[in-house]
Amino acid sequence: MKNGYLPIKSEILEIIQHTDIEYTFRMAYKGDVKPGHFFEVSIPKYGECPISVSGIGKDFIDFTIRRVGKVTNELHNFKVGDGFFIRGPYGNGFDMNDYKGKEVIVAAGGSGLAPVKGIIDIINDNQVEYKDFNLLVGFKSPEDILFKEELKVWEKDLKVILTVDQAEGDYQGNVGLVTQYVEDIEVDDKDNVAVVIVGPPMMMKFTVEAFLKRGIREENIWVSYERKMHCGIGKCGHCRMDDTYICIEGPVFNFSKAKHLYD
Amino acid sequence: MKIGLSRESFNGSLKQLQEEYRIYAPVSMAFKGTFSDTDSIRYKEITTIEEIEFERKSHFSPKETLLPITQVLFYFTEDEYKEPSSDEKKLLVFLRACDIHAVKRIDQMYLKNGELDPYYKHARDRVKFVLIGCEESFRNCFCVSMGTNQTEDYSIGLKLTAEEVLLDIKDEDLNVYFVGEEKEFQVDYVTSNDTKVTVPDNLSGDVAKSDMWREYDKRCIACGKCNFVCPTCTCFAMQDIFYKDNENNGERRRVWASCHVDGYTDMAGGHSFRKKHGDRMRYKTLHKVYDFNKRFGYHMCVGCGRCDDACPQYISFSTCINKLNDLGEAEK
Ligand SMILES: Cc1cc2nc3c(=O)[nH]c(=O)nc-3n(C[C@H](O)[C@H](O)[C@H](O)COP(=O)(O)OP(=O)(O)OC[C@H]3O[C@@H](n4cnc5c(N)ncnc54)[C@H](O)[C@@H]3O)c2cc1C
Ligand code: SF4
Ligand code: SF4
Ligand code: FES
Repeated sequence: MKNGYLPIKSEILEIIQHTDIEYTFRMAYKGDVKPGHFFEVSIPKYGECPISVSGIGKDFIDFTIRRVGKVTNELHNFKVGDGFFIRGPYGNGFDMNDYKGKEVIVAAGGSGLAPVKGIIDIINDNQVEYKDFNLLVGFKSPEDILFKEELKVWEKDLKVILTVDQAEGDYQGNVGLVTQYVEDIEVDDKDNVAVVIVGPPMMMKFTVEAFLKRGIREENIWVSYERKMHCGIGKCGHCRMDDTYICIEGPVFNFSKAKHLYD
Repeated sequence: MKIGLSRESFNGSLKQLQEEYRIYAPVSMAFKGTFSDTDSIRYKEITTIEEIEFERKSHFSPKETLLPITQVLFYFTEDEYKEPSSDEKKLLVFLRACDIHAVKRIDQMYLKNGELDPYYKHARDRVKFVLIGCEESFRNCFCVSMGTNQTEDYSIGLKLTAEEVLLDIKDEDLNVYFVGEEKEFQVDYVTSNDTKVTVPDNLSGDVAKSDMWREYDKRCIACGKCNFVCPTCTCFAMQDIFYKDNENNGERRRVWASCHVDGYTDMAGGHSFRKKHGDRMRYKTLHKVYDFNKRFGYHMCVGCGRCDDACPQYISFSTCINKLNDLGEAEK
């Protein structure tokens, strides 16, 4: 009998430090993975936690992990060549077919950029397949900016608005909440837009509102929800919102469905 | 085959069965109860019929025979892990109609919601059920309202008389173990409870916003007892532990979890949902009589009333369902 709780050990190929508390781990992995999928990542003795894939390659996947507790603190002591345990991929992930041929807008807040980074990579590599692309991303402060190198690459070909909530001294970039910049995104045909919004609960709530106000239809907005998850496979009950299991049917939802979900 | 046999003969059969089966039944344990000086009735391995508590409702449900409170998923050393060797003995569990209906709900979650759970499946494949008939309703039961007062889903149906043990053996594998005289009888089931509920059929997610939940903000102390005694609650949390004498070795286990207890929804970064206890009451209640039905087509609650029996705050779940119904009626 297949035992879905048994993880596999995966080797760390590379570690990229973004901030004091956020690192990307490139892990050896072969298999079908989509942006928006997540894995249960574990270290024996410390426990297990869900982490989104932030990058997908032929022989690897990336996890961008913020240090906040038992498992994630311990992970940050690991070095290239070490390994930790993973099981997955879980969840529905983003379906790129929903976005092809459209004016795609990705709005991300903080570590919410990790789960959508795969979408940006795919669009950046296949630009002709998408009518237009805008990235709107916000961080708390300049020190919190993730994927600085990638942002530089994306800025070459894609339209990127990067903003921080607050900055000290002579910071050159945009300052202000993501919602303040929703107006600045140019939209050609409102009905041919696909907006993906991922971030902390409050950021998502207000950013969705801002896009709705601009006349974008609910069916053209997608969100990804984060809930406590112990199993990732529809058993432990923790992720349930009314009749929906976020680990199976989510974490990605079209907003026309997501708006009905309640905790 | 329907037969009657003496208690001695029945005990002889149990003895034979034990070569292949572990036999579980509700057992009274003196002074282990929730309230001081009360008994606790819960599932234990038994060898004779005299050990079985037939007179009263069990405080804990039979789910722990299939889904232990703590279950080791695997043992690990730094780099490897090993699944626990599995018990190959079969299980024979004595239980009542509502609890057999409850097993269907557990099956739904562990066998059909997403991928199959191998630990539960292993236990489920080995279990057979002995239905204990109910001559009369216990306090707080509302099985008739939930349609779970009767079942045909058993290997053996049992009725106890002063002289005899009457058995309706449906499972041919078990025939050989019992010798008795043929006897016509019906396994008892209740047709009416003092407690009655009407589950509203016109609910919508809007009831989540109702004021009725605020009553429970203070009353519910979030102890989780109602979840732990419930035969249909299936939530668990994962835990890693390591051994004191050898810190490199340990185990990953799962333990029962409760949606009423603090921490159930806590996420990194300090986010959590349902901080108010009334909202936890709402989450549980709607799962039992609304959300589960929406997903799977039948209600989760089987009306065993154990949550009402167990609540230290005398919160009545059946009353709560009826209040929900009144709310619906008011809207009609
Ligand atoms: C689908 C999904 C995708 C995710 N993707 C990512 C990702 O890409 N990158 C990332 O960094 N994170 C991601 N997360 C969040 C990540 O799962 C958590 O940060 C992780 O669980 C923390 O685990 P830990 O053992 O390190 O922390 P823990 O030690 O479990 O806790 C960290 C903090 O969370 C709170 N907390 C958690 N559990 C409890 C509890 N039981 N009681 C009280 N407080 C508690 C506390 O504030 C505590 O300080 C994702 C989560 C989900 C559901
Ligand atoms: S909710 Fe209460 S009455 Fe319903 S099955 Fe659970 S313990 Fe029994
Ligand atoms: S309803 Fe009663 S038993 Fe359940 S958590 Fe609240 S106080 Fe405890
Ligand atoms: S994470 Fe366990 S049911 Fe979804």
